[in-house]
This record gives sequence, C-alpha cells and structure tokens, in this order.
Amino acid sequence: MYRKKVISAIAAAATLGLLVTGCANQSGPSGTETSGGGGRINIPAISKVDVPAGAVLPAGDGKANCPSTTTLAYAGAETGPNAQLGINIFNGIQLAINQHNAANPGCQVQFKKFDTEGDPNKATGPVTQIVSEPNIVGVVGLPFSGESKATGNIFEQKGLVHITPSATNPGLTKNGWTTFFRALGNDAVQGPAAAKFLTDKLQAKKVYLVQDDSDYGIGLGTSTSQALGSAMVGSDKVVTGQKDFSAVISKIINAKADTVYYAGYYAEGAPFDQQLVGKGFNGSFVGPDGVKDDQFIKQAGDASSNSYFTCPCIPGELIPSFEAEYKKLANAEPGTYSIEGYDAATVLLSGIDKGKQSRADLLSWVKSYDASGLSKHYKWDATGELATPDVYGYKVENGKIVPIGVIGK
Amino acid sequence: MISEVIPHLLHSVPTDDTWITFDVNALSENFWSSTFDGLTFGAIYALVALGYTLVYGVLNLINFAHSEVFITGCYGVFFTLSALNFGPSAPRLAFWAIVGNLILALVVAIIASAVMAVIVERVAYKPLRQRKAPRLAFLITAIGVSFAIQYTIYWWRGPSPEAALTMFRPLPIFDVFGTIIDSQQVVIVVAAIILMIATDQFIRRSKTGRGIRAVAQDPDTATLMGVNKERIIVTTFIIGGILAGAAALFYVMKIPSGVQYNGGFILGVKAFAAAVLGGIGNVRGALLGGLLIGLIGNYGQVLLGSSQWTDVVAFVVLVLVLIVRPEGVLGSSLGKSKA
Repeated sequence: MYRKKVISAIAAAATLGLLVTGCANQSGPSGTETSGGGGRINIPAISKVDVPAGAVLPAGDGKANCPSTTTLAYAGAETGPNAQLGINIFNGIQLAINQHNAANPGCQVQFKKFDTEGDPNKATGPVTQIVSEPNIVGVVGLPFSGESKATGNIFEQKGLVHITPSATNPGLTKNGWTTFFRALGNDAVQGPAAAKFLTDKLQAKKVYLVQDDSDYGIGLGTSTSQALGSAMVGSDKVVTGQKDFSAVISKIINAKADTVYYAGYYAEGAPFDQQLVGKGFNGSFVGPDGVKDDQFIKQAGDASSNSYFTCPCIPGELIPSFEAEYKKLANAEPGTYSIEGYDAATVLLSGIDKGKQSRADLLSWVKSYDASGLSKHYKWDATGELATPDVYGYKVENGKIVPIGVIGK
Repeated sequence: MISEVIPHLLHSVPTDDTWITFDVNALSENFWSSTFDGLTFGAIYALVALGYTLVYGVLNLINFAHSEVFITGCYGVFFTLSALNFGPSAPRLAFWAIVGNLILALVVAIIASAVMAVIVERVAYKPLRQRKAPRLAFLITAIGVSFAIQYTIYWWRGPSPEAALTMFRPLPIFDVFGTIIDSQQVVIVVAAIILMIATDQFIRRSKTGRGIRAVAQDPDTATLMGVNKERIIVTTFIIGGILAGAAALFYVMKIPSGVQYNGGFILGVKAFAAAVLGGIGNVRGALLGGLLIGLIGNYGQVLLGSSQWTDVVAFVVLVLVLIVRPEGVLGSSLGKSKA
C-alpha cells in the first residue's frame, strides 16, 4: 500500500525534474539576453550635475551672531520601516549645521531630532512637543506626505516654519497653510515629466500604466496617464501588499506594451518587475521616487536591469564637495533626498545668520527667500511650492542606481 | 512620496470616477492566460484544501492552524534554497543541480510542515480530545494556535517579506490559442494533480486509508473494530502536512517573494473556502473546489479590471454556490466516499 504512494511520489518528483530541466537548460542564455535588453535605448549615465551659480552654503560669511539657545529641529522617521529615508535626510541637515557652526564661532545653532517613525498617527506627539519648545525657530520635515498632512495644522497654529525635503503629495499645499514649504517638485510635476521621459527619451510607443492603491500611486498615476495620452495602451491597479501579478502581466503582454510605468512603491514594484521579466517581458520598467531605492534592486535581482526611475530629487552624490563631506559624516553615500535636507537646513541657517532669529522673522525670511542652494534655486509661491523644480531620471546599471540627467524638458 | 510606503497610514481616496465596470473585452482577450494562471493557483489551493478536508473528515474540526503548517513549509523552502545560494535572480546552474536542489527543498518543506502539523495536533488538540472538550473549544484553540505560530514567526523574522527566491526562469512550452503556457505552470499543475491522485488512491485503497475512512464514518465503531484511532488521527495530520509542504514549494515557485509571517493567512482562507466549495470532508471535492476558486478569482479580476477584485469575486461565488448547494458541489463526507 505504501509502495504505491512512494511510487507516485517518485513519479511526481521525476516529472518535476524533467520539466525544470527543460527550463533550466536555457536559463543562462535567456538571462543574459534579458539583461542585454533587445532593442532597448541606451541612455548614458551622467557623471556630474551643474551646481547653481552663487549657491548659498551653510557656512555663510563666518560673522554670524545668535543666542546659544537657537535651535533647528528635524521631525521624521529615525526608526520604523522607512527609517532609511529619514536617515538620509537628517544626515544632510546635520552636515549643514556642522558646517555652519564650524565657520561661525559666534553662532552655534543646536540641532534636535524628533522621531515620528514615519507614521501619521505617531507624528502628532513629537510635533506638538516641537512647537511647544520656544527655542526651536525652524524645522526641516516632515519627510512623508501622510504625516505632513496630519501635522500641518499644528505648525500653522504656532507659526513655526517647516520645509519638507521629500513629501510630494500635491494636495499638501492646498490646505491654506502659510508655514509649509516644499523643497522639491510635487507629483503634478513628476507625472508629466515621467510621461515625456517615456515617450521621448525611452521612445516608448505603447506604455502600460500600473498604479497602486495609495494616495501617492493614485495621484501620480492620474497625472502620468493624462500626460501620456494616446501612448498609453492600457492601465491597471494593484493593491498594497499584493504578491502575485500574473493577471496584470498577462494583460501587459497581450497589449504588446513596450514599457511599463509603475506608480507605487518598491515593496510591490520589485516583485512585479521580477515576475514581469520572468514572463518574458523584454521592455523597460519605469518607476517613480517611491521605487527608487537600493531595496528595489535587492528584491528584484537581475530583473531590475530593465529599470528606470523618475524622481524630483537631485543626485547629491554627483556634487563632489557634498559627497565627500557627507561620506565623512554618515559613513555612506548620500541617499535619496540627502541634499534636499541639506539645502532646506541651509535656507533656515542663512536666515538665522541674517538675524531672523524669531519664529515670525524666520517664517517671513523663508517666504521671501530667493537664492540658490547646492541642488537648485529656491523661491516659493504663496502656497509653498517651488517655481520650476527639476525632475531627474535614473537607471539601473550594474546593480546600482545611477542618474541620467534632467527629464521632462 | 515614499511617505506612504506604509499603506495603513493612508486615507485612500480613489480619484477615478468609475465604480464597477465590466470589461468583457479584457476577459475575452485574456481568457486563456487567466485560465492557466487560475488553474496554477487552483492547484496550490487544492493541495492546501486537502489538509483542511482530511482533518475535518476525521475530527469534524476546522484546523485553522493549517495555514501556519503551510507557511512553515514555505520557510523550509526559503531556508533551504537560501542556503543553496538561490536569490532574486534566476540561478545559473546546471539543470540537474536545480532539480536536485528543488527536490531537497521539497523534502525539507514536507518534513517541516508535517512536523508542525504533528506538533499542533499533540500540543493543541490531543489534550482537548482526552478531556472531551466541546467542539467550540477546539475551534477557538485552532484559531489561537494559528495566531500563536504567526506571531512567533513575526517576532523571529520581522514584518517584511523574505527576499525573493527565483527557482528557475519559466520557459514557454506550449502555445494554446496564442497564449503561452510556461514550464512553471506545467510543473505546478502536473505535480499537484499527481499528488492529489496519489492521496485519493491512498485514502481509497490502502489499509491506513480504510482506517481513516472508518474513523471519519464512526470513530467509536472503528475503535471497536480494532482501528487505532489516535494513530489514524496523527497520520491524517501528517498527510495534510505533507501536502501543505509540497504546496509551499509550488507557492514559492509561483510567488518568489511570498514568504512572510502572515503569508499563509489569505491562502489558507481560500483553501478552506475551496474545501467547503467542493464539499468539506470530500477529497475529490477539495481538488475541484481549489481549481474553481483559482479560476473564478482570476476571471473576476480580469472582468472587473483590477486585482482588488480577486478575493471579492471568489468569495461571492462561494456564498452563491453554498446557497444553492449547502453541502458543496460534490457533497461532503469522507466516510461515505466509496471505497
């Protein structure tokens, strides 16, 4: 009796073996072919970015004077699932403050960090604490859109200026807040830039748009699809936490799409790209800033070599002076949004140096600010948006994310 | 922005004005690909469903911890293949090396799942049985064990999914009406069906199988006739564990990044639904139910235009079928199945 079972089991194993054999045979060559990329356009990586002329640096003229209690704060993730993004940012801020204090013996600005874990539900506590400390005159943060949405009113009530180096939800500047400033382009800028990048630079003829179910994914998906127009051959939605993408992939392959734009985060983007390539998709996979992370490459493996990213972030790693100093401080390369954090801190520091050392003075300083930082020019409109923010393209090359220049222009 | 990486933070407001639309066109264009993918998932559900059905048949107990028996097998696959240097990229190994590695992973997964199934039985159910606990106590215990195992894994491995494991790059094998069937789908469906036939035959023809059916039909009489009831129960859990372990290998093959502490939960619910749909306690019903749940979910999501609909459609159909046939499609009862 047991024998039968054993025989069946062996038969099953043998069948499995035979079939895997068939596949494994060609797994090598097909792998290299995919990473070679058929007719894929080769866009060279850039090796330097232009620093705006006359960029304001944190050091200033070295003659600043301020009370020793003057404090700037960072509010955002230090721990939690997305801690790395927060770490990228506060290291940038720390670098700016260190450089400022080293150059200005008469003005030693203190720096305090408040951990929100990136969670809107937890962010209100630390932010309430910040606004009730009178010595804190300016804040860099919060990095995430959800927590920014949850805490904007608290800053507003106490008139405390805060500059987000990374929250891109377009709706944030439509709350009538006067203390909120965004140090980068929002997703209403990123979507059209991404569409132009897909159709011009990547010469995509048939783009398939897939979005997740977050505010970010839905907003970015909508602005991208409007800008794509007839180049979009289809669209689909996935859910946060989804693991299997076979139905979406069948649709993409049946639509004969040559490029996929995924509006979402790497947690779903990585397995999606991996399964897409596994099903024989030879085109390009393009994702936004939510996908642009080393984790994407780590999770998608070889499949990630077909990937490009759009991001309203400037490649700080290509500004040698910044890169070297950052590395000395953080013991790591500048990450996504490190330089935005550095620039945002510089805006506040330069105000303090000019004697704007109360909350009201510093707020009006930022409002009328009109100067360049290392990454770009900063001049905000009445809602707290920048005039002409750049969106950069990135690609995966030899298992690393490298910048390929400004896109969408 | 990266802000919303944490999904639950979001107050998600759909901005599109469409509500429910039926995209018949998409279904007809993607009919065959959804069929093949649906069958692939269905085969995996069916293997897990057998575990629910067998235990229910013998003990009249819904073993909610079976999804954790399954996820234990997934971790078995994960650790084995990680140790063998598999990762997110397709391995560049000679094919016999891949076959050998996969069989090793299969064996480890089967052992892991079977051991977990026996532990659950010994620790959670046997003491209750010996004290003649009411059936509700078993049910609550089953749910409790399920959560205990889930959160032990959470505490040990953390909330994130494990790194993806690509076993091999699927290659096209057949072309059916312009749709490619790849090797991965064939491996999963064929191997799963062979395992299910073997189980069915084992239950119907072997001496142990006869014992299982006897205990299912009437435990007391079976005991009087010399059937060792306790041994039969443990054997039933072991068979369920073996099938769950095999399902784990196929699941990770299909979804390389699917190993996560709660990764078995939804799959377990769907497999349980499959068992009920086919007729709980009925071995062939589990097979049929699994394939149906896989197919219906896949058609539904293509028809309604989004992956969000897979589970909604599958469970709505389940409810509808049960209204018409409360016994399930093939009717329930392991004991009454013809020998």
